[in-house]
Amino acid sequence: MAVSVSSTPTPTRKNFLYQLTHISWPWRITIGYLALMLFLPVSALILKASTENPVNFWRIATSPIALSTYDVTFVTSFIAALINGVFGFLIAWVLVRYDFPLKRLIEAAIDLPFALPTSVAGLTLATVYSENGWIGSLLAPFGIKVAFTRLGVGVAMLFISLPFIVRTLQPVMQQMEKEIEEAAWSLGASQWQTFWRVVLPPLMPALLTGVALGFARAVGEYGSVVIVASNIPYKDLIASVLIIQRLEQYDYSGATVIGVVLLGISLLILIAINVLQAWGRRYEL
Amino acid sequence: MNSNLVGHSLQPDSPDSQSSSSAGKRGWVKVVSIAVAIAYLSLILFIPSLNVFVQAFKGGFGPFMDNLTERNFLHSVQLTLVIALIVVPINTVFGLCAAWVIARNQFRGRTFLISLLDIPFAVSPVVAGLMIMLLYGRNGWFGPLLAAANIKIVFAMPAMVLASAFITLPFVAREVIPVLEEAGSEQEEAAKTLGANDWQVFWRVTLPNISWGLLYGVILTNARVMGEFGAVSVVSGNITGKTQTLPLFVEEAYKQYQTQAAFSAAVLLAGLAFVTLVLKEILERKTRIKEVE
Repeated sequence: MAVSVSSTPTPTRKNFLYQLTHISWPWRITIGYLALMLFLPVSALILKASTENPVNFWRIATSPIALSTYDVTFVTSFIAALINGVFGFLIAWVLVRYDFPLKRLIEAAIDLPFALPTSVAGLTLATVYSENGWIGSLLAPFGIKVAFTRLGVGVAMLFISLPFIVRTLQPVMQQMEKEIEEAAWSLGASQWQTFWRVVLPPLMPALLTGVALGFARAVGEYGSVVIVASNIPYKDLIASVLIIQRLEQYDYSGATVIGVVLLGISLLILIAINVLQAWGRRYEL
Repeated sequence: MNSNLVGHSLQPDSPDSQSSSSAGKRGWVKVVSIAVAIAYLSLILFIPSLNVFVQAFKGGFGPFMDNLTERNFLHSVQLTLVIALIVVPINTVFGLCAAWVIARNQFRGRTFLISLLDIPFAVSPVVAGLMIMLLYGRNGWFGPLLAAANIKIVFAMPAMVLASAFITLPFVAREVIPVLEEAGSEQEEAAKTLGANDWQVFWRVTLPNISWGLLYGVILTNARVMGEFGAVSVVSGNITGKTQTLPLFVEEAYKQYQTQAAFSAAVLLAGLAFVTLVLKEILERKTRIKEVE
């Protein structure tokens, strides 16, 4: 308990000053580094945006091109997160409950999108899903183009967000007892009833957390999307790429406004994830 | 090891086994579930990953080696390594400090601090790069000051270091906090009452307890630093042979229709990802063994 800074229930001002001047090195490094690396950049962005005239800010934030990038970014991310919610659930279930050949290898490969640099992901997805690529050439006869379209953006987002859903669900599924399902079966519930009434409810917080994490990751994704998309405005241009285009035109206010919108939404998603996780913890008790 | 599973897994529940109809139905569900899961993973994950290697060695080993000895490529490898050598130690020290502050202390704003650590994880890397431009760029807060002192940060290595450090800030702390909490502080307190100073407690008691978690955090940080693309791309200016890291080289080569060169570089980065995953597996097994003990 001999910790240099421990908040007493009613810290007086003198106490506070004493704490500030007598804090230990880990505290100093943590506070100093966070101030330099996190507070400073974030405040630079927010202050820059606040110097913008509110009318002007709103005009840039809701300009047609900005709105179209929000559409591509958020709607595509959301759909990708939902699809991964379904398939990620299935993959986690298969990995937890069943044994099959090469399971260990598949299990380990789930983390690949997390470890693979995003530009490599973009490069290989653009090749595989291009019209003469392995998968793209199979889809081309049906008139389905994936690479360099919004569909390609979606595939990149599927790739990038998958591990978040699987890895959030797995530990919770592992803790679930098989006996409860078997009890439901023996009491005459059908497979569907067992799934909807017994299996799914306790997994809901983890599933939603995973989907939210995947959504957050997909919204923030840049590297793989910029390579797999054609980056044409109103077609498959995402908000992150629009920021870069604004920067390249030295339009710092334009970049800042859209950056602040993205930052704000990312923080909202972060808060939502924290709420979901708190809900999940309550479920455990 | 897997050959044991082959014979073992599919038979007892397979649809044509002569068990009761419900067991048969369950076996059928199992086979379909596994098939769908693997098909989906193949489309999204396995085929694209395999493609990196196939494309890189399509022309045989010769063209691959030619690409690897090209000057701009070698420079990008060197720059990537240098940035990792700077960022990983700094973020490791910070991560250890932040983990200790969070795991060993109760204070107001503790949960807030934990959420703060998640910001680099939640923010688009492009926004991270934009923040650094707004601070150190020509029209940024420190722009005039830096210009007067003749220090170049943006479109040079310092900004790339800052961007990579921002993106990977939380990784070590996130891995170390749970192991620190699990280890508890009793041993540290015992060491202290026996007269050990803070350094001795850290080196002899705390560090051995958290070593695997710490190592995993360091490996993750390293993988993300070497692979970081968005933030680095914003602040670097992507000047070939100067401020181009390996991931930027991949994109540039692809844009210039030098697909072969792009894949040769990509295969190195994919190799890094595989090594990272293998090390992760090993470390996870180590911690599991430790838990059993």
